[in-house]
Amino acid sequence: MTTAVLFDKVSRHFGSVRAVDSVDLAVVEGEFFAMLGPSGSGKTTCLRLMAGFEQPTGGHIEIFGETAEGVPPYRRNVNTVFQDYALFPHLSILENVAYGLMVKGVGKEERLKAAEDALAMVKLPGYGTRRPGQLSGGQRQRVALARALVNRPRVLLLDEPLGALDLKLREQMQEELKTLQKSLGITFVFVTHDQGEALSMADRVAVFNDGRIQQLGTPEEVYKRPQTRFVADFVGSSNVLSPAFVKSLGYPARYASLRPEALSLGGGTGDVTGERKRVTGTVVATSFLGAANRVTVEAGGGTRIAAMVPASEALPEQGSGVTLSFAAHDLHLMDEAA
Amino acid sequence: MRSDRSASAPMGLKIAAAAGLLFLHVPILLIFLYAFTTEEKSYQFPPPGYTLKWLAVAWDRPDVWAALGLSVRVASIATAVALVLGTLCAAAVSQTRFFGRETISLLVILPIALPGIITGIALRSAFSFAEIPFSFWTIVLGHATFCVVVVYNNAVARFRRVSGSLIEASMDLGADGFQTFRYVILPNIGTALLAGGMLAFALSFDEVIVTTFTAGQQQTLPIWMLEELVRPRQRPVTNVVAMLVVLVTLLPILAAYYLTREGDQVAGAGK
Repeated sequence: MTTAVLFDKVSRHFGSVRAVDSVDLAVVEGEFFAMLGPSGSGKTTCLRLMAGFEQPTGGHIEIFGETAEGVPPYRRNVNTVFQDYALFPHLSILENVAYGLMVKGVGKEERLKAAEDALAMVKLPGYGTRRPGQLSGGQRQRVALARALVNRPRVLLLDEPLGALDLKLREQMQEELKTLQKSLGITFVFVTHDQGEALSMADRVAVFNDGRIQQLGTPEEVYKRPQTRFVADFVGSSNVLSPAFVKSLGYPARYASLRPEALSLGGGTGDVTGERKRVTGTVVATSFLGAANRVTVEAGGGTRIAAMVPASEALPEQGSGVTLSFAAHDLHLMDEAA
Repeated sequence: MRSDRSASAPMGLKIAAAAGLLFLHVPILLIFLYAFTTEEKSYQFPPPGYTLKWLAVAWDRPDVWAALGLSVRVASIATAVALVLGTLCAAAVSQTRFFGRETISLLVILPIALPGIITGIALRSAFSFAEIPFSFWTIVLGHATFCVVVVYNNAVARFRRVSGSLIEASMDLGADGFQTFRYVILPNIGTALLAGGMLAFALSFDEVIVTTFTAGQQQTLPIWMLEELVRPRQRPVTNVVAMLVVLVTLLPILAAYYLTREGDQVAGAGK
């Protein structure tokens, strides 16, 4: 296992603003690594540190074992797909894709051939003569991808590449990106604020908040066993329960996370195995989400619990008393101190 | 009723527009006319007779050639200086954030906002304070102060449209600073620089006020013309030179117009 990108206590402060604050991470060669967090959490600054557009104010960065501090972007074997795609408006699509090879001095015939191949790879063969302004957002995204990949980077950095696309196109591109990454074997580092995107695509996820990594692990670990209240809330809108409430259910007095989909209406019947815990309360809100309904229950002491109820089940009236139940092992106690 | 009104209004407008255009352009035609008059002491209308001899007289006058040559050299060098400094300044102000950025932006524009006579007096006293003798270069310096502004204004507007991520994308794809300038920045700001450069050249070419204060005994073309008007003899020579200037400045402007129009569609395609 080779380490592609290594951050050793890396900081990037802008005056008094700690955009990135003492971040440690190691991206493994060939993996799909996601940096997930709200805007201003430092994930994009981390990406720019990898690309070389920013220099760290503290700590040490290595890319494939070589020190990266002070190395300008054009000497790094790393390419970026920008959020706004940043296609050159004065060049044709083919010239855009061939740009990286042109500035490296690759002959005209060879670089145009390589650019054609890259365009075919992102399913845009024959689009070479057009201008960026003549393409749709999704097509421009593919051109940006081809323009980066034609240089055979060892690491591809993607800065919220799907943010500007509509939902259907985004889901399609998620699958394509994943397939492309597996077939090329290139390390992808992907920045996103969409937790669904990060969970579905990445091999590992780093969850950022306030310039720090809150948790780093596989999507399953981050989703099922959040270490902090922030991760529990941000990744999948989990119910974060206070130590006092958790204690009243018979657990140690610690913060805990409980997934809305782990809860069901009623005391628990049928095929339920193992111990079940019950919570009673009053319905304060219900909302329709398509495949399921979300029922928000006030469980006393200011604790509100949201439960996902399949759309096939009858929806309780607002203001009525209900019982919610969940399997005891679904409640996840967090490390964070009370 | 309504349709009558809307039918008559354009007629009145047409007459007003025609009168306006005539007022603007008839004086220029008069300059052409007097270039061929036989009367050399005063502008008499209609001219008593027509002749081509002033063309030959103007051609043989060394002072005409000296003034024209000086103006062309001053305008060329002032424009060249302005292109370099104005572009660099526009790049710094639009692409980076630094302390005093807004102030610098204002200070650069100030010379064109101030009356030329202030710039002229300021430069003259500065030159005499520093004991710099008046020369070709003092004229160039004086002209560069406002030529820089014209280039800067054109370039800064275009730089704002070239998003910073284009430059980052170029660096990311392996282009160093020079290659990024050559292949990304220049094609995107080229037409703005051409327009700014031409405007700067034209401003410098007919500048009188600042030149009066920064030139010694040398005469640029506009100053030569002013002095010619008070001379009693060979007046039509001035008109011949003026006619030439109109023709010579009109051609590059038309050429640039067609060049930049085409450039919007194919810039960079021929590379």
